[in-house]
Amino acid sequence: MRGRLLNFRRISVYVALLPMAITACAVYLGTTLWSLRVSFSSSRTFPTDNFVGFAQYARLFTDDRWLLSLTNLAIYGTLVIVVCLALGFWLAALIDAQARGEGVLRSVFLYPYAMSFVATGVVWQWLLNPSLGIQEAAHRLGFEQVQFDWIVDPDKVIYAVAIAAIWQSCGLVTVIMLAGLRGIDPEIWKAARVDGIPAWRVYVSIVRPMLAHSFATATILLLTAVVKLYDVVVAMTQGGPGTASEVPAKYIMDHLFGRANIALASAGSIVLLLTVGILLAPALYLRRYATRLAAR
Amino acid sequence: MATENPNAIVERRLGNLSNPMRAARITFFVLALLASVGTQAAPPRAEVMHWWTAGGESAAVRALADAYRAAGGVWVDTAVAGSEQARAVAVSRIVGGQPPTAALFNTSKQFLDLIDGELLGTVDAVAARDGWDRTLPEPILATIRVRGHYYAAPVSIHMPTWIWYSKAAFRKAGVTSEPATIPELFAAFDRLKAAGLIPLAHGGQPWQENILFRAMLANVGGRDLYLKVLRDRDPRAIQSEAFKNVLLTFKRLKAYVDVGAPGRNWNDATALLITGKAGVQIMGDWVKAEFAVARQLPERDYGCIAGLSPQAPYIVQGDAFVFPKSSNRDVVAAQQLLAHVVTSPAAQVAFSKQKGSIPIGKGFDSATLDACTRKGLALMADPTRVVGNDENYLIPDQNGALSDILTTYWNRTLAVEAVQKLIAVALTR
Repeated sequence: MRGRLLNFRRISVYVALLPMAITACAVYLGTTLWSLRVSFSSSRTFPTDNFVGFAQYARLFTDDRWLLSLTNLAIYGTLVIVVCLALGFWLAALIDAQARGEGVLRSVFLYPYAMSFVATGVVWQWLLNPSLGIQEAAHRLGFEQVQFDWIVDPDKVIYAVAIAAIWQSCGLVTVIMLAGLRGIDPEIWKAARVDGIPAWRVYVSIVRPMLAHSFATATILLLTAVVKLYDVVVAMTQGGPGTASEVPAKYIMDHLFGRANIALASAGSIVLLLTVGILLAPALYLRRYATRLAAR
Repeated sequence: MATENPNAIVERRLGNLSNPMRAARITFFVLALLASVGTQAAPPRAEVMHWWTAGGESAAVRALADAYRAAGGVWVDTAVAGSEQARAVAVSRIVGGQPPTAALFNTSKQFLDLIDGELLGTVDAVAARDGWDRTLPEPILATIRVRGHYYAAPVSIHMPTWIWYSKAAFRKAGVTSEPATIPELFAAFDRLKAAGLIPLAHGGQPWQENILFRAMLANVGGRDLYLKVLRDRDPRAIQSEAFKNVLLTFKRLKAYVDVGAPGRNWNDATALLITGKAGVQIMGDWVKAEFAVARQLPERDYGCIAGLSPQAPYIVQGDAFVFPKSSNRDVVAAQQLLAHVVTSPAAQVAFSKQKGSIPIGKGFDSATLDACTRKGLALMADPTRVVGNDENYLIPDQNGALSDILTTYWNRTLAVEAVQKLIAVALTR
């Protein structure tokens, strides 16, 4: 009797999951395979069956703009993930340590995340523009030597984009970390105090490893945001000056529509997918490892 | 057999349906009724897709819609903001089998793939009746006429490389005469710079850098080089000393641009001229709408220069409606009427005044157009000066690759020879 009930329950679970499974297979897998097929053809506006092997990939990796896009994504991704995790953890620890004003602070930090970056990106563009924003304001106040023109400097523009993105995503990481910190047993703090261990040491050596799960979750969220990076760049720099802040997603979008080259765009998206796979695998492994650690 | 045949009763009441004359009469009556309902309820109905959503633009498209209505048609407006998005939606709908009656494209190779895929209908009859061969400029004709068939109805002609200058800024800098040559232009730049003004108002976006390049290619390189590079994609011309000089002059302009330029929109650059903070802007004739909004007049507040030598080519670019293929006779009729109406002189003048463009064709009254438009019209009358825009000669993919190279050269330190080599590769792909 009990066994049959379990069986029924299991079947109903599978039935409930079926629509999602079909969607995932048909839509995600199907379109991925379709893109793969198109990427080996010479398609322009429309898909064709004239296959050209790896020619689109060869063009992709001789195109300076694509290579620069990948480099930019690597710099931006590393910066955003590392700084967001560090800053988010630090802010969460600060809030956690003094409970006063927590509600207000949490709202303040999460606020940027709740706003569309298409809107805030324009504000950042003005702030960073040397003849409108911070630099001009400082000059007018009499600080003539202040120089902050990263957004118009081809060598530094990607860092300016990263600053804006960190401002946006940091709050989310803070909230995730704060939730994690709340799950820490107060007894640990008491024990540490008895042993006379300084607070920062407790955070770094005891609390941080216990938050591995939160770190992994935050990393995966940040990583997906990094890979699909598009709106920030379009709103702030449109890929400029020149092609200095171009990113892969924008390269793909440009070639998909404006430049009517869906084969090259598909090749780009396949490369991006592979990159994500390579990057995401360790993060997923880390999370599973953390789960196993917590279960032990 | 005393009872009557039931058929006979029916026959007496309604008449014999098998009587051929009578059946024909009824059929005729019903068909006539249907036909009259048909003509009353369904005048030519055109769903028109376009991207003209800004103030002046939507006023311009309203002028076309009014003309279509006056000709007895029904105009259904489908506006999509952003030209690229609008074209993407149009292509998706055409491929998906739900095409609009007409869709706007630039007069360019953007719709060449649609023609090759046999997805567009022709307007040959309208072109023949209205004499497009006689009235349209050659580069426009060459783009819409493919293998002897006409696939698009042009609606506007713009010239993308006008040189605009602020009279107030020129006065302040002591520039007394309008620059007539390239050295005079650079001399004016130096004077503007010395007076503490921004010599060249520029928006640092790839397409605007592309415009500066084309202006230099036309004015420094001349007509032959322009066509050899963009139309013929001749590697020898691209590697030549003359083209190298064009690139160097293009890069020389960078020294006269302010630091705030990167990312700036074209109309913000125009605002610098309007407020007298900058001297010169090189941009298409759509900037006239910005001057008009600020109540500035040509020849009083600002000047316009089409070219810096008597033989400088006059570049034409424009927009055109294409007509997705249909087997429905009503749709085809609506398309033919639309092609005729939007190219007619009256609709063209009404449209161009709002849009800032030059009317298509001949036989309209130019007296009501502004001084700069009349200047352009006079130049366009000379067919040896008219050349097409880059998009008339290059497919979007080549054009995009060229744009990437030019904007990189403008913003970075690159050897000019390397740039020539990159352009040769990009254009011969």
